Amino acid sequence: MMTIKMKKGSPIADKIFKYVAVGAATYVLVIIILIVINLTTGSAQVWQKEGISFLTGSDWNSVDGRESYGAAPYIMGTLVNAGIAMAISIPLSFGIAMFLSELAPKLLRTPLAMVIELLAAIPSVVYGLWGLLVFRTYIQNWIEIPLHNLFGDQSIIFAGTPFGLDILTASIVLAIMIVPTIASISKEIMLAVPNSQREAAYMLGATKWEVFRIAVLPYSKSGLIGATILGLGRAVGETMAVTMLIGNATGAAAFPSSLFGPGQTLSSIMANEFAEASQGGLHLAALIGIGLILFLLAFAINVVAHLLVAKVIKSHEGAVLA
Amino acid sequence: MITVEQRTEFRKHFRYNVGRRLILDKAVKCIVFLCVVVAVVPLVAILVNVFSNGAAALSWNFLTEIPGAVGSNDLGGIGPAIQGTLVLIGLSSLIGVPVGIMGGIFLSEYGNNRYGRTVRFFNDVLAEFPTIVIGVFTFILIVLTVGTFSVWAGSFALSIVMLPIVMRTTEESLKLVPVTYREAGYALGIRRWRVVFTIVLSGAKSGLVTGILLSVARIAGETAPLVFTILGSSQFIQGLNGPIDALPLRIWRLSSLPYDSSVTQGWGAAFVLIILVLSINIGVRYLFLRRKGQTILKFKRLGSMS
Repeated sequence: MMTIKMKKGSPIADKIFKYVAVGAATYVLVIIILIVINLTTGSAQVWQKEGISFLTGSDWNSVDGRESYGAAPYIMGTLVNAGIAMAISIPLSFGIAMFLSELAPKLLRTPLAMVIELLAAIPSVVYGLWGLLVFRTYIQNWIEIPLHNLFGDQSIIFAGTPFGLDILTASIVLAIMIVPTIASISKEIMLAVPNSQREAAYMLGATKWEVFRIAVLPYSKSGLIGATILGLGRAVGETMAVTMLIGNATGAAAFPSSLFGPGQTLSSIMANEFAEASQGGLHLAALIGIGLILFLLAFAINVVAHLLVAKVIKSHEGAVLA
Repeated sequence: MITVEQRTEFRKHFRYNVGRRLILDKAVKCIVFLCVVVAVVPLVAILVNVFSNGAAALSWNFLTEIPGAVGSNDLGGIGPAIQGTLVLIGLSSLIGVPVGIMGGIFLSEYGNNRYGRTVRFFNDVLAEFPTIVIGVFTFILIVLTVGTFSVWAGSFALSIVMLPIVMRTTEESLKLVPVTYREAGYALGIRRWRVVFTIVLSGAKSGLVTGILLSVARIAGETAPLVFTILGSSQFIQGLNGPIDALPLRIWRLSSLPYDSSVTQGWGAAFVLIILVLSINIGVRYLFLRRKGQTILKFKRLGSMS
């Protein structure tokens, strides 16, 4: 009787391997759950004291005995700042994506895409340093002072002395930072449009722009929306560059009213005031509460964006999300 | 029959219509090209500024010495910051890389089910998280519990930043290894875990290295999580349970000081950081591009042979 040994080694090793792999994957979910739990318990103190007015109030006072915290100006500041940045970067990124996917010669496509992606590789703090020391003076002298002189204090959005460290500068630098995100994902989505769609439009005699408008754009619409929302998620959470440029107002003064006024975002107030908050105090709980608000905002934005992008990318095998 | 008048009328409309469309087409092409130029200008401007201003600050002392007292004539250097960044990269890779690769193996080899899709989705969400939230989370979890700012806390925060990147790139590159390779391994009677480790992982080596290096480049420039976890210091590393310095953190501190000398030092530190980050990025992309070209060449040769 001859026995054939089919496999070497024990089958237990396979089981262990699989469980280790499952464990590593579960680690991600555990981290996310721990983030929720920790931020909630860490900020419980401020929710108990302020209640809903933590979301709606605009007082921000950390002096002992007169402590009062309201995050409304910072929520507004985050949204306005991200909104302006999106308004600048969406047309720019779609233009870049269109150039890379439709117009650029094949030889130029990859190197140019890499150059755009290098913009994403530059650390946030270097953007901040550049904005603070170089870009700010250009903005102040070439854009803010002429606009201020032209419209003066009568107009609301150009009111205030142009100082350079304000919502406008922060938004423009933020826009530069999220261009690579939106552009590279939009490019992938446009490249995922089947060529038969383009050829059908060419056959009708359409020009390049018309092909883009009637064949590529409708086909990739939901993916492009996903790409912009992904950019929005990044804009909302961006910290260092914004902290260094936005001027850091606190309390009711941080309500964004003028483009030339200082503001504050959720992430920048955390970075700025963290060093002053004592452990176990209400101030620290308030900052963690702000972290919780930012977490929920970014989480919601990212979930929506990934659902939209995944739908497009999944239906076209071969397109890899950058 | 079409009369002569009708024909000329038709031609006139045709020319008007086509001419307008061609002009619009040209205009859009110009605008789109301008978009690319507008995006490249800040990149060039930042690089030029950092290189020209940063080069002035560079010297051996600047790279190795501890920072001098604020505002004094003794400028000192950024030695502790460079050391801290390297230590943080090493320690966070120690946590992030194994977990990320194992998670990637799960997603690619066992992840074709509901649980796999869930993990993939939340992994993507975690990759885009505001890093400052991760910093606050680590602060509560480790710094508040232990009671001190520490190297460990910073490494843990950075490992969370790098984990989803490693995991995703591992998955993508493992999926590129053909199923037939795995089947060949099974046919030889090799167990699954050995197939994954010896055949699949070695086939996806370049992809894995790319992912790890890109995630290292990413965490080298992260500032926000470090503010809450390592605090910063002006001494060389004292121990893994104490605070240390890091390049991005040092740049931030220097930029908020009102002295010209600290501004110069800030540019110098930014120069070192950008060299570190960009050399990793460009190197990886160059290798990847060359390899891609080689495979294309190989396929072409195969095609011509048959």
